[in-house]
Amino acid sequence: MRYLPLSSDDRSAMLKKIGAPGIDALFADVPQAAVVPLSVFNLPDTQGELEVDRALSKLAARNVAAGAGPFFCGAGAYKHHVPSAVDHLIQRSEFLTSYTPYQPEIAQGTLQYLFEFQTQVALLTGMEVANASLYDGSTATAEAVMMAQRLTRRGKAILSGGLHPHYAETVETVAGLQGVIARAPVTPGSAEDLIALIDDETACVVVQSPDVFGLIRNLRPIAEAAHAKGALLIAVVTEIVSLGLLESPGAQGADIVAAEGQSIGNGLNFGGPYVGLFATREKFLRQMPGRLTGETADIEGRRGYVLTLSTREQHIRREKATSNICTNSGLCTLAFTIHLSLLGEEGFTRLARLNHAKASALADRLCAIAGVELVTPTFFNEFTLKLPKPAAPLVDALANKGVIAGVPASRLLPHDKSAANLLIVAATETCTDDDIAAFAGALKEVL
Amino acid sequence: MSETRFTDQHEWVTLDGDNATVGITKYAAEALGDVVFVELPQKGRKVGAGAEAAVVESVKAASEVYSPVGGEVSEANAALEAAPATVNDDPEGSGWFFKLKGVSAGDFAKLMTKDAYAEFVKGL
Amino acid sequence: MDIEANRRRVTAPGYHPPEELPTISGDRGLDHEEKLIFEIGRDGVTGVDLPQTQIAATRLGGQKRKGAIGLPGLSEPEVIRHYVRLSRKNYAIDAGLYPLGSCTMKHNPRLNEKMARLPGFGDLHPLAPRSTTQGALELISELMGWLTTLTGMPAVAMSPKAGAHGELCGLLAIRAAIAARGENRPRILVPESAHGTNPATAAFAGFTVDEVPAKPNGRVDAEALKAKLGPDVAAIMLTNPNTCGLFEGEVIEIAKAVHEAGAYFYCDGANFNAIAGRVRPGDLGIDAMHINLHKTFSTPHGGGGPGAGPVVLSAALAPFAPLPLLVAEGDGFKLVEDRDELPAGAQPFGRMSAFHGQMGMFVRALSYMLSHGRDGVRQASEDAVLSANYILASLKDVMSAPFGDGPCMHEALFDDSFLDGTGVTTLDFAKAMIDEGYHPMTMYFPLVVHGAMLIEPTESESRESLDRFIHVLREMALEAKAGKTARFDGAPRLAPRRRLDETAAARKPVLRWKRPELPQAAE
Repeated sequence: MRYLPLSSDDRSAMLKKIGAPGIDALFADVPQAAVVPLSVFNLPDTQGELEVDRALSKLAARNVAAGAGPFFCGAGAYKHHVPSAVDHLIQRSEFLTSYTPYQPEIAQGTLQYLFEFQTQVALLTGMEVANASLYDGSTATAEAVMMAQRLTRRGKAILSGGLHPHYAETVETVAGLQGVIARAPVTPGSAEDLIALIDDETACVVVQSPDVFGLIRNLRPIAEAAHAKGALLIAVVTEIVSLGLLESPGAQGADIVAAEGQSIGNGLNFGGPYVGLFATREKFLRQMPGRLTGETADIEGRRGYVLTLSTREQHIRREKATSNICTNSGLCTLAFTIHLSLLGEEGFTRLARLNHAKASALADRLCAIAGVELVTPTFFNEFTLKLPKPAAPLVDALANKGVIAGVPASRLLPHDKSAANLLIVAATETCTDDDIAAFAGALKEVL
Repeated sequence: MSETRFTDQHEWVTLDGDNATVGITKYAAEALGDVVFVELPQKGRKVGAGAEAAVVESVKAASEVYSPVGGEVSEANAALEAAPATVNDDPEGSGWFFKLKGVSAGDFAKLMTKDAYAEFVKGL
Repeated sequence: MDIEANRRRVTAPGYHPPEELPTISGDRGLDHEEKLIFEIGRDGVTGVDLPQTQIAATRLGGQKRKGAIGLPGLSEPEVIRHYVRLSRKNYAIDAGLYPLGSCTMKHNPRLNEKMARLPGFGDLHPLAPRSTTQGALELISELMGWLTTLTGMPAVAMSPKAGAHGELCGLLAIRAAIAARGENRPRILVPESAHGTNPATAAFAGFTVDEVPAKPNGRVDAEALKAKLGPDVAAIMLTNPNTCGLFEGEVIEIAKAVHEAGAYFYCDGANFNAIAGRVRPGDLGIDAMHINLHKTFSTPHGGGGPGAGPVVLSAALAPFAPLPLLVAEGDGFKLVEDRDELPAGAQPFGRMSAFHGQMGMFVRALSYMLSHGRDGVRQASEDAVLSANYILASLKDVMSAPFGDGPCMHEALFDDSFLDGTGVTTLDFAKAMIDEGYHPMTMYFPLVVHGAMLIEPTESESRESLDRFIHVLREMALEAKAGKTARFDGAPRLAPRRRLDETAAARKPVLRWKRPELPQAAE
């Protein structure tokens, strides 16, 4: 087996040194009844690289990659161009095959990029501090709700109807143990009255902007109303590129920002791994979940970085930890940091403008088709259309024509009859004029 | 006349009338290592004898500080927030954690005397 | 700190004069000092060429950003050099033996990286039309087949994103199963040798934690555990092989007692790599176990993630698996995302995350499994156990192995009693390994032995590599005992950094770069 360096001579010599008659002797503690022969496993035997490559490539070929044609899916995961340098750098052995940087003397590479990452996330979100990442945007949102429950010692969380339904379900599952999760009504294309729902029991209000339909929300009045009742505002961002064009949640008064960072540096990967961004105000630092990297110096006075404030974490605090999280999204974090470093201020803001311009052009073109209406008067790179027919079968019909047209709202809200004709459509910098023309042409044909 | 007594959780408490001052012992401060953070109780909070009242953290450890006696928090040592190292430098003096009022002498009487605590530590 | 400051330009504009740059001696040969990107970047430079686009602000709802973000500008060659230089400050499996016990730093085959990057997997949207994702769903189904077959369990939940997330998934399934029986069981038993995530997860899932002591032979005290069982106990969480690197031989009796008490058996599968292909957890009476794909099945650790933590479930817990569920439909597959479409008997407890799990890790793990095959998986477990025992046998005369009388599983545990009276601590010993070119072993874990040193060589080391490692540790141990302790004092010396001041970092946390204050003009 090509990954196993021991020869049978090596194995014999090692057993001799150990003083064991055979490998079975080393498993002597295992009850005999629990040891099974290899034939019990109905699985194939060792295969070469060529065979494995062939088998997996065959499976991959049965999927339609986002880059294979006109593509307009978003709703929490976005297709962006990732510069070639990113994937080259993250595949360096020293990044790819290292562990969590618990030995800072020989992990400064990881620690320094995490420090850069924390700074970038704080700058983007307009917050004071950010952690070294969580699993993804949805789990980061659940962690944010639990942090608000701890900070306010209240249980109730109000979720905007514009929060991605899968995020809302994740919050209900995980944070629902600590208190009531109240979901506000879903109002595609307009903002529901969240302020009226805030009461003295409320720990936090969770608002996504742009929301799952693409609508840009104004967080300021909600932040003010929440703060007046002693509650916190959690801002959720699923398309981080939007912050190149839109006011940051921090500037609008958010107390915690939970975001999905996939758009920068990371591929679609059929849903994961992604990278959860988590930022807050300095005064809430001690209740933050996840790892933090801090600057310090070594005994020779040279600047260096360490994991810090670990007493919040599970390996020290055990059942009193702020979260049970251990693994984060290390390598996805690195991809994010490198991509954002390449973009810089100029690249990032140009990218955001380009996304908005593409989406605007697409919306204009599609809404010119009879019976197609724009539901979201404001949007960044994603908007919702109302079609004259149910969206799900239309998406399938368009897929047969080679156009991946977006996400039917019914896929996220199967119980909401009013969502049946809604289609959530995203356009990024990868979208060409030809793609837009192909979508418009195909849509006309299937309507 | 004030008197100081000790707990098996390594807190000390000095009683003066029905007012008490609480901190962690020199032994505890040394075992913990460099203190980096102290979380103190809010003024006005009522704590029972043996209840969790504060948290003290070093780089690699976090420990709860239990109030040796019951009472109402009358003051927390805010100076520790900016200078947690005071807990290491002077644990049984300026490194005190909080003060209580309305303390019952009954709680206090159950605690170890200085000599008893010294014996207790020797046995660890 | 004010938010307004964030909107100001944070990079010093223009060219940085050479006097700000490190000196040659400061860089120590090829070990280049490297500033932060914020200190390198400047205005007017970018590493990505994008057109300037005119946009109308009418669709932005008055929310257009007013100030700058403060990101530095760097060209592509600068970014590449920066991150290449940073990478050279890291230790890595590819560069040497990485003996971190309980972390399983095994070889990461590059085929797996290539497979995960096939556009049909890497560039596939989670909500793309079902007809366009059948190959991906089949891959998940195939991986599920491997996981259930290797563990002898009937079901597996794929969405947990890491081991701790898998623990949470397992405990939430247990919680739901108990609720479905109309019972209330608030307590979970956890051995004191457990990973910190176990008690943290139990508390996170709303349970109280009751610790079970270990016996002098490093195993959980089964009698003490049985005595603690009762109608208020929801589950036990046991790691097997345990964190001392030992197999819990009484596991079957423990499972029986747990089930008789109406509780469930959660197994922390972090150490499955010792027994995969030889022992099926399902045969041991386990109800739920997460599998760290980044340990047993070689998906790269990536400096701390991403991981993946699918959870295999017994028949008793399978109905409570979280959404989405993968089901066969016609000659293909579909993901059930909604309660209205549930297959018969399914009562999902909820949803663990937005999408369907760590697909990128699934591809890598399946690539590993197909490469090894069942015979290779078994051989890998055997080689891992053999290598750990080889280290134990070769070092126990000079170091101290508290449970060294019998064989270990995939990791060898030592305590610090061999250093008694030398003035050298476990930390000093481990840090001195860096000067010998090795990453330290896991230290001070598990908590049940004093000054623990937990060594896991994995199956990826050649005999020569193991012999070299053993030689170095023997020499170090003998030197320490002989009173030659200079090398341990303040080690490491030959690393990119010497010991760092963690106390200062925690007392006054500096968690991000901030633009240096500009000197104030005299008034």
